Amino acid sequence: MASIDITDIRKNYGAIPVLHGVDLTIRDGEFVVLVGPSGCGKSTLLRMIAGLEDITAGEIQIGGIRVNDLQPKDRDIAMVFQSYALYPHMTVAGNMSYSLRLRRAAKQVIAGKVASAAAILGLDTLLERRPRALSGGQRQRVAMGRAIVRAPKAFLFDEPLSNLDARLRETMRGEIKRLHQSLGATSIYVTHDQIEAMTLADRIVAMNAGLVQQVGSPLDLYDRPANLFVAGFIGSPAMNMLGGTYRAADAAFVAHDNSVVPLGRAYGCADGAAVTLGIRPEHVVVGGAGGHVTAPVDLVEPTGFGTILHLRALGTDLKAFTLERKTAQVGETTSVALPPDRLHLFDAAGSRLS
Amino acid sequence: MGVRNTVSMTAFVSSDRQRSTPVLRRLAVASEPYLYSAPAVILIVAVMLAPLALGFSYAFRDVKLLNPLSGGFIGLDHFRALIDDKTFARALKNTFFWAGASVALQFTFGLILALLLNRPFWGRGIVQALVFLPWAVPSFLSGLNWAWMFNPVIGPIPHWLFALGLTDAPDNILSDPHNAMWGPIIANVWWGIPFFAITLLAALQAIPRDLYEAASIDGANAFQRFKSITLPFLAPTIAITILLRTVWIANFADLIVVMTNGGPADRTQIVASYIFTQAFRRLDFGYASAIAVVLLVLLMAYALLIVLLRQSLLKKA
Amino acid sequence: MTRRFILGTVAHRLAILVYIIFALFPLYWLLKVSVTPNDLLYSEGVRMWPSRAGLEHYIFVLEHSDFPKFFKNSVIVSASTAFIVTILASLAGYALSRFTFRGKYWIVVLMLLTQMFPLVMLVAPIFKMLSPLGLTNSLGGLILVYVAFNVPFATFLMQSFFDGIPKDLEEAAMIDGATRFRAFRQIILPLTLPGIAATLGFVFTAAWSELLFALMLISGADASTFPVGLLSFVSKFSVDFGQMMAAGVMALIPACLFFLLIQRYLVQGLTAGAVKG
Repeated sequence: MASIDITDIRKNYGAIPVLHGVDLTIRDGEFVVLVGPSGCGKSTLLRMIAGLEDITAGEIQIGGIRVNDLQPKDRDIAMVFQSYALYPHMTVAGNMSYSLRLRRAAKQVIAGKVASAAAILGLDTLLERRPRALSGGQRQRVAMGRAIVRAPKAFLFDEPLSNLDARLRETMRGEIKRLHQSLGATSIYVTHDQIEAMTLADRIVAMNAGLVQQVGSPLDLYDRPANLFVAGFIGSPAMNMLGGTYRAADAAFVAHDNSVVPLGRAYGCADGAAVTLGIRPEHVVVGGAGGHVTAPVDLVEPTGFGTILHLRALGTDLKAFTLERKTAQVGETTSVALPPDRLHLFDAAGSRLS
Repeated sequence: MGVRNTVSMTAFVSSDRQRSTPVLRRLAVASEPYLYSAPAVILIVAVMLAPLALGFSYAFRDVKLLNPLSGGFIGLDHFRALIDDKTFARALKNTFFWAGASVALQFTFGLILALLLNRPFWGRGIVQALVFLPWAVPSFLSGLNWAWMFNPVIGPIPHWLFALGLTDAPDNILSDPHNAMWGPIIANVWWGIPFFAITLLAALQAIPRDLYEAASIDGANAFQRFKSITLPFLAPTIAITILLRTVWIANFADLIVVMTNGGPADRTQIVASYIFTQAFRRLDFGYASAIAVVLLVLLMAYALLIVLLRQSLLKKA
Repeated sequence: MTRRFILGTVAHRLAILVYIIFALFPLYWLLKVSVTPNDLLYSEGVRMWPSRAGLEHYIFVLEHSDFPKFFKNSVIVSASTAFIVTILASLAGYALSRFTFRGKYWIVVLMLLTQMFPLVMLVAPIFKMLSPLGLTNSLGGLILVYVAFNVPFATFLMQSFFDGIPKDLEEAAMIDGATRFRAFRQIILPLTLPGIAATLGFVFTAAWSELLFALMLISGADASTFPVGLLSFVSKFSVDFGQMMAAGVMALIPACLFFLLIQRYLVQGLTAGAVKG
């Protein structure tokens, strides 16, 4: 295992920059998830670590060795592809042992490693099959097996679960996490799915438009999003974002419809400055005492697990999520409270205010 | 675990060595695609581009194979001779007729065949193999075969034409100065229908099925569906295939060389077969190359015309 | 409605039948004359099948003519050409399919250019270039020329096959520890086998059919390919139709075999070399 140090990495395709300088240090044994919308540069970054893309500028070190000019084969990393990239003309065992055969490992060693990886992944009975004869989940396992047998310095995952259906994705997510717990391998995992990022990561790197937006533990990003992008990207249903101004006199937020939300404390922000107030739907308190806004119910979406209510409040469509099975009727009016300790305030540029 | 250690050791050592010469490594990586394509490119340049350049120089020189003293520069003499060359003028005219008639017939019958085959029916696979078979027949054999078919001694066609009252006697059409060109054209059509049929069939099968279903639901009949879905979808394929195929057939001399050798009295001579005759029979390489240069200029003019036409069409659309 | 449907179906089948007859009749006639004994050839005229058939023309051609030699020469030339072209085209096609590099545009332009100009232009200069090298009247010279002529088209064909194989596969192999060339050989080429077979078939057929350059470059019977031999046979013994047609049927056999091999790939082949026959 090894740490990975990324220093001011840049990537241009021709004249078009796609990564504008990324700095990141991944500790030995850490599970880091790169998350962001498609086109944010996360896959490019991963492929640069793997050696599949040229590095325009900056430096990547794996285990303290500069790898900028090393071929992928000399970097000692394993990668799980979104398409699995299983070799169609080789059996499962052949797929898993290809890297060892390239390194001219002894036959018994290969057999032992393949057998133990197959045992971990439950592929024992499929070793002689060809990829064509496997289900999606089994192919996914073989792709992981191919990485495991090598015991490389680092595992790279490029959206490995995107081609699976929702149920299988959940199962495999759990397996990847369990595998990481038992192997303790340095892992970099790229996904656009924030649930995968939240559940798997030791640390999340949220990226957008070729820039790192925030690095931190999953709960860091959930509790203290550094900017509007992270606030909106992490969490489902997405955070409510309300436009308005900051009133310094009584530390309150004034929405566009002039309704006032007390913030509970002063923020480092000029009086009358344009700000965005964020609150997660699950933190909006509906009904009960202490509500400071009344709002008509616009839409009710029961999820079984809970209920999403769309309310017309504060000049916007305010979503509230509650675990109770609300039997609110459309058109009914209810009281809404926004607890001050659950509020996030962002300045006009989108950065978090403290 | 032992293997793993040696593995990472070697990786470490080799990477350390490679680290010392990053410039060389970068060069090796950058040159990779050139190494893959070099053999093909070198061969093409040596065996196609170099002779092409040499051919240009011949056009302005007196190069006759049987005359060892030839080879001198003679300027535009060949081209002056060409202007007065009645055979060349006839060959030019014949080329248009040959290419025009061949492509028109190949396309028409190819399109019909493609439409027939686009409909599923029992045994379609075998039928397809059978009707595409002429494409596999070597062109020289197609030519010979049709020449024999037109030969009244062993071929049936003159007798059929006579029986139908189309000709006065069962004679060989290939020796009739007025109609000889139809011989190679028919052979060419027979041989070339599969090309158009295959290309158009592929294009037909790429049209999404549900478009036809939607049109039927909207109340379009078969002809309306053909006009408003099939034709617009096929149009780009048709245009590009016809344009490229016209050039190819204009230059396609095999059938003519085999069937008539340009005769009778140069009535079936096209420019390409005339070049070959000059080079192969008269061994006058200089004159042959001069004709070739004129042909190339004409083809380039044709290509330019097409590009301009395409641009003006695109602007309109 | 059903009556119209039946009428339509009948018309459809009839039309198809007409096409089949048109496509096959000349070949049938070739076969028929080749098995018609000489004494019946002229007396029975345009009969659809002779009253007596025999293989005597074939036996004569095989035993008393140069055709077995021509056949062998053609097989050597076509097979060598197909083999060499496929190797070169695989390499170049792979480069075009997988790399973006500065020279790529020019390589494509060069290859397209060779498909555009009339090859008959090259007859004279190539003869002049090859003769001092001793490559006229030799199978080697013919192979060299055919390889060059067929490489561009075969490159585009191979490129289209490589394009159909996901890039991920060789990236995975490279991460697994293979060099790119090893990934190409061990992962990509085995997956392209059908494409390689198709390319072999296309090039073999093209080389087997080539006439003009063979006529120009070959003069003696020793190095004659089948087309050259058949044409000189035609001018020499133009009365012996039975034997000529027997030879013609023999020339048809390899072409038909390869046609069966490449049938499935016709569309790809024709679009790759849209300007080629």
